[in-house]
Amino acid sequence: MSSANTLTRITPKNITDQEFFYGHKACAGCGGSLAVRLALKVLGERTYAAFPAGCMAAVGFIYPQMAFTNNAIITTFPGVASMASGIAVGAKALGIQNFKTVAFAGDGGTADIGLQALSGMIDRGDDVLYICYDNEAYMNTGIQKSGLTPFGTQTTTTPAGKNIHGSKTQKKNLFEIIAAHDIPYAATASIGYPQDYIDKVQKAAQVKGPAFIHVYASCPTGWGTPTETSVEIAKEAVDCGLFFLAEYENGDYRLTRNPKQFASVADYLKKQGRFKHLSDADIASIEAHRDHKWERMRRMWNHQ
Amino acid sequence: MSRPVKQNFIRPSHIEGFPVGPQFTAGHLADTNAGWRTFRPVVNHDTCIYCLRCYLVCPDGTIFKDNGKIAVDYDYCKGCGVCAHECPKNAIEMVKEQL
Ligand SMILES: Cc1ncc(C[n+]2csc(CCOP(=O)(O)OP(=O)(O)O)c2C)c(N)n1
Ligand code: SF4
Ligand code: SF4
Ligand code: SF4
Ligand SMILES: [Mg+2]
Repeated sequence: MSSANTLTRITPKNITDQEFFYGHKACAGCGGSLAVRLALKVLGERTYAAFPAGCMAAVGFIYPQMAFTNNAIITTFPGVASMASGIAVGAKALGIQNFKTVAFAGDGGTADIGLQALSGMIDRGDDVLYICYDNEAYMNTGIQKSGLTPFGTQTTTTPAGKNIHGSKTQKKNLFEIIAAHDIPYAATASIGYPQDYIDKVQKAAQVKGPAFIHVYASCPTGWGTPTETSVEIAKEAVDCGLFFLAEYENGDYRLTRNPKQFASVADYLKKQGRFKHLSDADIASIEAHRDHKWERMRRMWNHQ
Repeated sequence: MSRPVKQNFIRPSHIEGFPVGPQFTAGHLADTNAGWRTFRPVVNHDTCIYCLRCYLVCPDGTIFKDNGKIAVDYDYCKGCGVCAHECPKNAIEMVKEQL
């Protein structure tokens, strides 16, 4: 694998002017659409993109609208990784050269229903970049809890009441689940750190084989946040330690951001409608869970 | 063309004129998104330092480079305000649309 520092780094100054995800119908301020837009600008026109059922599929392919200017297709909800595998080997069999295949799926489409197909794709070593844009719920069908919905989140299937304060389960460790396959490259990212995300997409695109990026992508509609704060809130999630930036490469984990001090979890949570109901005790338990996870990551993973 | 533009969809008169499959030609936009907007981003070129932060973070890609200046495609900007909120120089003002 060629390392990223032998490549010219893609920045806003030199990134292509071409837009590949344009005129779509995502809600104003949609973080997922920013994740898709930036990744496609890094990958370029010769990219086959596959989207399972989910918001990005719903907003991009409203016949006769086609908001992608590269090659793109909708897949079944559980089958995006299988479809992408098929595209990659099919294009190769046709003798097509100099192309990339990418799958973009939501948290539900990745960590729940699509996990089996994704596991198979990695196991077979298929040449696909898989990007999970994580808005922490099944948004397209109206905000239901997924395996990546964090503890305490109000969704339509985990309502907040007097006795139960939203989701009772913790977010699955998706990044570690993927890394456990011994995948050549995996990373986490956030649209709140867009240059870091671009760097990781650029790096992942060099891998000949499976690569995976888990990108934190805010959803103003499902989170109850003002549209203009979409990038800011995704940054704050990282700064308060509830999301982390890391890479897994050649069998090693590495934190790519290891804050000396965390920003306030309460401040991050209280800005969002989905967490408004949380008590001080709930917030303390969220902090304790964060600290436990970070203690483990810092101890087990070598970092800069 | 770096960005697609609105095109007229000519409705086929016979079923055989419809393309087969669930999706249409790449970059085919049948309508605009301008009507979604309550506030419009207006760039002050005197204070803008051309750092391209707004271009980077626009979820819709409707900010573009226009010969060294920031420009907005008002056909597709939804008025989310991310660009103005993220601008380090406060060079973008969100101005209420007049109906
Ligand atoms: C087999 C199957 N089950 C359920 C659905 C309905 N469905 C479509 S999109 C979606 C939610 C997708 O959630 P996620 O993957 O997190 O993406 P998001 O909408 O949040 O972007 C659901 C449940 C479906 N299309 N197919
Ligand atoms: S519901 Fe959320 S993820 Fe879906 S289009 Fe709207 S903002 Fe984006
Ligand atoms: S973010 Fe502000 S200063 Fe930077 S290019 Fe955009 S308008 Fe200009
Ligand atoms: S208001 Fe939103 S959609 Fe319009 S240019 Fe700014 S960031 Fe893009
Ligand atoms: Mg989701």
